[in-house]
Amino acid sequence: MFELDFLDASLMDINSFSPMMPTSPLSMINQIKFEDESDLKDLFITVDEPESYVTTIETFITYRIITKTSRGEFDSSEFEVRRRYQDFLWLKGKLEEAHPTLIIPPLPEKFIVKGMVERFNDDFIETRKKALHKFLNRIADHPTLTFNEDFKVFLTAQAWELSSHKKQGPGLLSRMGQTVRAVASSFRGVKNRPEEFMEMNNFIEIFSQKINLIDKISQRIYKEEREYFEEMKEYGPIHVLWSASEEDLVDTLKGIASCIEKCCKATEKQMSGLSEALLPAVHEYVLYSEMLMGVMKRRDQIQAELDSKVEALTYRKGDTDLLTEEIGKLEDKVECANNALKADWERWKQNMQNDIKSAFTDMAEENIHYYEQCLATWESFLTTQTDLHIEEDSEDKL
Amino acid sequence: MEQASSDLEGQLQPAPLEPLGYADGELEAAVGEKAEGAQEESSGLDTMTENNFWLKKIEISVSEAEKRTGRNAVNMQETYTAYLIETRSVEHADGQSVLTDSLWRRYSEFELLRNYLLVCYPHIVVPPLPEKRAEFVWHKLSADNMDPDFVERRRIGLENFLLRVASHPTLCRDKIFYLFLTQEGNWKETVNETGFQLKADSRLKALNATFRVKNPDKRFTELKHYSDELQSVISHLLRVRARVADRLYGVYKVHGNYGRVFSEWSAIEKEMGDGLQSAGHHMDVYASSIDDILEDEEHYADQLKEYLFYAEALRAVCRKHELMQYDLEMAVQDLASKKQQCEELATGTVRTFSLKGMTTKLFGQEAPEQREARIKVLEEQISEGEQQLKSKNLEGREFVKNAWADIERFKEQKNHDLKEALISYAVMQISMCKKGIQVWTNAKECFSKM
Repeated sequence: MFELDFLDASLMDINSFSPMMPTSPLSMINQIKFEDESDLKDLFITVDEPESYVTTIETFITYRIITKTSRGEFDSSEFEVRRRYQDFLWLKGKLEEAHPTLIIPPLPEKFIVKGMVERFNDDFIETRKKALHKFLNRIADHPTLTFNEDFKVFLTAQAWELSSHKKQGPGLLSRMGQTVRAVASSFRGVKNRPEEFMEMNNFIEIFSQKINLIDKISQRIYKEEREYFEEMKEYGPIHVLWSASEEDLVDTLKGIASCIEKCCKATEKQMSGLSEALLPAVHEYVLYSEMLMGVMKRRDQIQAELDSKVEALTYRKGDTDLLTEEIGKLEDKVECANNALKADWERWKQNMQNDIKSAFTDMAEENIHYYEQCLATWESFLTTQTDLHIEEDSEDKL
Repeated sequence: MEQASSDLEGQLQPAPLEPLGYADGELEAAVGEKAEGAQEESSGLDTMTENNFWLKKIEISVSEAEKRTGRNAVNMQETYTAYLIETRSVEHADGQSVLTDSLWRRYSEFELLRNYLLVCYPHIVVPPLPEKRAEFVWHKLSADNMDPDFVERRRIGLENFLLRVASHPTLCRDKIFYLFLTQEGNWKETVNETGFQLKADSRLKALNATFRVKNPDKRFTELKHYSDELQSVISHLLRVRARVADRLYGVYKVHGNYGRVFSEWSAIEKEMGDGLQSAGHHMDVYASSIDDILEDEEHYADQLKEYLFYAEALRAVCRKHELMQYDLEMAVQDLASKKQQCEELATGTVRTFSLKGMTTKLFGQEAPEQREARIKVLEEQISEGEQQLKSKNLEGREFVKNAWADIERFKEQKNHDLKEALISYAVMQISMCKKGIQVWTNAKECFSKM
């Protein structure tokens, strides 16, 4: 199905080597073939070893990035570089610039405003490291973005090489200028938005709302579980204390204390499953939903550019021939952008479904495992209380 | 007319403590034949203890609670809850039960009954009443005495109290208890007419004795210590349990939010929609399951609370012993001092400092006739004192014997009940785990079908 979309499209997505020039369909088909044969993943990236880097002016964290690849266009098969968050931001910016209507993977936030005092808190760094790892791997898995030149430079260049590379290309100011124009024209783009993109936008709006709620709910569950865990830790030992004054109940009381302790451990394990799998997965899609809104805007902007030229032509403002030529180019650009987005949208939705499905399935699995562990603990305790009469009673209650 | 004082004395004597129909989970108790249609003014307790032959069994239940308004002692409007007590007699042969008595009582009447029992049976560990005010509440529970859940739990607690009394070998025979179950009007007056309040030991006297007693029975000292520990540890347990319940409630209820959001989200999803929707339903089920779970736990907490309150009953018995022991010690001391006085007067020697000795020194010895008279008085007092000491000693020993027998009975009951309660706690946890497994298995299936 994925193949079909690309083959039907008359013009392909903007290639990374020369941002403004579309490449031939043929080269894109080759890229698709690579993607379909998922066993032939040829780019492996890991992000690890966060380290503090201190200069006289500032302190920041760098992350080690190891890339292993069998691709011809890479000079070597293994690379190791260090990057800081700013470098990731740069990369994201370049990707957005080159592929305005592709769904670029989201970066973890700059700062987490709530509940975070220090940038360099251990949990924060660990969470960020994992998110950055995800970010790079998502790019690697993307049929188009994986071949982006800036991406390659990011993964392979030494520090000074990267700095000098960064200085090339449109400067900050010109990008700022673009943004101002963009805001002004995106309104027009919304008015003439085709039906399918209206639907897409509607989806994005509702999805964004819901995923944000789910993010909040999931964080809240974690918080409540943590507090429950803390109380349970105090609860168990009281039974041991009690057993000191009850000769005949020592075994029972100590048994209960031990069960509570074991359940505590199970709770801890379940909580860490939550914080390592579900929470980051849901949060990534919160960031994705923001991303998507940006993509919609950029699509609308591109359309708005075309619409304004068409309007100019209609009201005979300016050189008719020039306008017609420009309109021609812009029509191509709009069609390209729309197709790119459509295709990437389908891909994104598919991924989203899989990711959400697996995140929640795993969460359910963790919970089942948690209850099974606790059940086993209490049942084994019950069998040690061998008073037959009481066991009969308890069976009735069950 | 009730022969109150003699009845009370009778109770302190070692009555034949035959075990009668213990409450064995079946909640029955044996009461004398006179339970059925007996005249209120029947002869005293002696008749019940000696001559009766337990033919029938009775069932007691506190079956309803009702809000009422009335006028209190100072003629002010007040709202209170009344509880319906039903007594049924069970025919031995076919197990059919017939309603024999049915009346309404309020909490204050239960309190009066208990106070009466405390005074008249100081050697018995008298079962406690359920708490007057809701304590150890967590956020979902109300601290309001009029709250229906509190009233319900109190109803069960009051029933439990009556069953405990009815299954106690000594207490079940008490006339006032019997009247509590059968005589609605005038019961309060009847209790007060026994004059039991006069028999009550003053708090001050008891406190004084506790501090000054020299040789209490070691077992009672240990028992006092035990009851303090029991009270402290159960309070702590209940407090933390309430906090744990609160937290668990939070965890479950927040999951309920997933239900709503999944449902709304499913509206925009084509393939994922059904899975999301049905998973959301299971989240709702999960969230609402905590209500029943915690309600069961509340009953468990009530079982522990009963023993928390029993600690005070234990202490009451210990206090009585200390009081009696102190009384005895004072009597011994008094007798010794009188004997000494007597001796001094007889022999004319003054060994210890006394006012009499001083005045004798100062004003000269008194006349022999006066001395003779005084010696005679003292000798009479000594003789009386020796009699009293004998009976006090006997009383004291009887008390210790009977109290200790009841304490042993109590210990067995406590061990049995607490063990059962703790095991029921484990059973509750198992049930909660099983429910959890089921819900999450269902949810997982829905998720995997998305």
